[in-house]
Amino acid sequence: MHMATHDFSPAHDGTRPLAIEARGLVKRFDSTLAVDGVDISIPEGAIYGILGPNGAGKTTTLRMLLGIIDPDDGYRRVLGADDPQDVARRIGYLPEERGLYPSMKCYEAIAFMGALRGLPLPEGRKRGKELLENHGLGHAIDKQIRQLSKGMAQTVQLLGTLVHKPKLVVFDEPFSGLDAINQGKLEVLIRDLADRGTTVIFSTHVIAHAERLCEGIAIIAGGKVPFAGRVDEARDRIPAQVRLETRNSDGPWAAALPADARRVGDFWNFALPESGVEPLLKALIDGDAGIQSLSIERAGLHDAFVDIAGEAAARDMVTQETGEAA
Amino acid sequence: MSNNAVRDGGRLSMWRAAWVIARRDFSAILFSRSFIFFLLGPLFPVVVMGLAGGVGAQVQNEASVADVGIAMQGEEIDAMLAARAELSQQMPGSIPPMVELARLNPGEEYDARAVLENAEGSLAAIVTGSLDAPVLTATQGRVQRWQGTVGLIAGHARSTTSLSYPSVGTAVVGTSGAAENSGRLRTAQGGQVLLFLLIMLLASMVLSNLVEEKGNKIIEILAAAIPMDAVFMGKLFAMLGVSVVGIAVWGSTGAAILYAGGQSLSDFANPGVGWPLFFLLFALYFGMGYLLLGSIFLAVGSLAATVREVQTLSMPATMFQILVFFFASLAVTDRGGVIEYTAMAFPLSSPFAMVARAAAEEELWPHLLALGWQALWVAIFIRAGASMFRKRVMKSGPRGAKRSSPLKALAGMFRNSSNPAA
Repeated sequence: MHMATHDFSPAHDGTRPLAIEARGLVKRFDSTLAVDGVDISIPEGAIYGILGPNGAGKTTTLRMLLGIIDPDDGYRRVLGADDPQDVARRIGYLPEERGLYPSMKCYEAIAFMGALRGLPLPEGRKRGKELLENHGLGHAIDKQIRQLSKGMAQTVQLLGTLVHKPKLVVFDEPFSGLDAINQGKLEVLIRDLADRGTTVIFSTHVIAHAERLCEGIAIIAGGKVPFAGRVDEARDRIPAQVRLETRNSDGPWAAALPADARRVGDFWNFALPESGVEPLLKALIDGDAGIQSLSIERAGLHDAFVDIAGEAAARDMVTQETGEAA
Repeated sequence: MSNNAVRDGGRLSMWRAAWVIARRDFSAILFSRSFIFFLLGPLFPVVVMGLAGGVGAQVQNEASVADVGIAMQGEEIDAMLAARAELSQQMPGSIPPMVELARLNPGEEYDARAVLENAEGSLAAIVTGSLDAPVLTATQGRVQRWQGTVGLIAGHARSTTSLSYPSVGTAVVGTSGAAENSGRLRTAQGGQVLLFLLIMLLASMVLSNLVEEKGNKIIEILAAAIPMDAVFMGKLFAMLGVSVVGIAVWGSTGAAILYAGGQSLSDFANPGVGWPLFFLLFALYFGMGYLLLGSIFLAVGSLAATVREVQTLSMPATMFQILVFFFASLAVTDRGGVIEYTAMAFPLSSPFAMVARAAAEEELWPHLLALGWQALWVAIFIRAGASMFRKRVMKSGPRGAKRSSPLKALAGMFRNSSNPAA
């Protein structure tokens, strides 16, 4: 079994306890190994992304973390409990497949979702009305779910996920099906939750969301987690790229360029040398290369994803990203 | 788990979680527009049956008029008709009406067969011959029914002396051993049929409710928040509550109809345990039977993704329940025998067998035992159904769940397996 440890571990500095700690989670369906030894550590108050193409095992991992299904092997500890259902009242969960009772009024639907998490119904109704007002849906308080647009219904369900003020919120593909404006609103909401100390975990196959929001990520591909850690750690796996433009196309200074330097038009592209850029700059100046421009570009999360999960998985992600944008 | 986790936000208790589900389902159904049709639905057949019964009785009444014609010599006809009138006073309803067909001369022949074959109207038989040797021409059935009667009338008609009949004094009793036994048997059978119809009608509602739930895609939210057992229990008890409302409405309507028709419970045989306890036990056995079948239907619902699949999968369960009902019906005729005890012990037939027993026997302790036994099986069925449901519904991502066939799912149940992950 895969047992590599990939701690996303600000917790190790002793200041932030872990909201979730999972080790060696395994889930098998028939002959398919859906999740194969997942290790994840998520500190309280973090925004954490689980990245991977469809079928990678994201939903199964989340369901195991939430106690909806039990792992065949391994263990998980959620908000201090070995059985996540024991702390269900402190968790909010928005599944990938959105669902609400069509005949329920909006505020009743929110109150019902709160009641499932132990919030008394009258309090849930009160909070439901307030949340709807605060999120621009005051006009829909008494409307039935079936009377709402898809986007509005998704917002109602999102509010129902948060009505009991959970300490841990789990979103499965939360951006799926939202237009650009609502995606932006959701990003703001997620940051706001984290600012108030709520741990937010979401799965996505869109790297850009994770890159913008997450403090830590786990990359899942084929049921395994080849990387779990901070976003900058993932990006640091790939050396920064140097892009150099010179007035003179050749000269003795060219010998100072790294061996992997490639000339593309007027530019030289190469990985930032381990020794840094200063010795190279000195050689270029001394050799009269005539530096026109020089930029150092840090690798993006997408490049890191390609490096970690492989071209095939990255292609899936790109395809889905493109499809979603379309 | 840590104590803090429990104190700060543990899980809802099973009963409280079930209450959340039951409250939602109950109010959602009760305040829906379709509920009024649900209430009126069973009343339509009753009205139709009532109308059809009235018309049928009228038709039957008219069709049952059958005259016996007489073709004899004149004075013999008069004697026959007089004897018939006299006897019909002593035996009301037992003597068929008689009409004069032909007054024959001595030695004159009469072809009764030809007349009957060509006759129209209500002529069913013809008496020819003489008072000493009457001949009855009719179909086989009527010959058997009237042969003795015609002989009696003819014998009475040829009697030269006037007969006087003594007046018979009467003493009326409420019931007899034979009457009570047969009455209780009818109550037992009626109770079983009513119980079966109600359970079949109402338990299938659980199934459609669950399919709707899966269609709403809210099931994963429920499963994430509360134990699946609580979801199951909540749904079952909500539908039980809805059923009780329905039964109260239908029962009141039925009682009103009986009352309007001038009937009361005293017109029916007193059940072994008495009417109040019989009603109470009937309600309890309905609840148990409903929960048992409902939990099976819920388990069936967990295997199905569409209404079509539900229909396919619920058919064997329904057929099985019909067999169970027939088995329990058979037990009524085997009081104290192996069949009755088997029917009482087998969980699915137990409510039917025990209702019959409540109608037939006085003892109460077997009912306490049976209710406990049935409650145990309800708990087992709910647990097993919830476990299957959790495995089936939460086994994969949405696309995977839709792809899997019910047959594969059924096979998967026995392998403790499921589908690829999302």
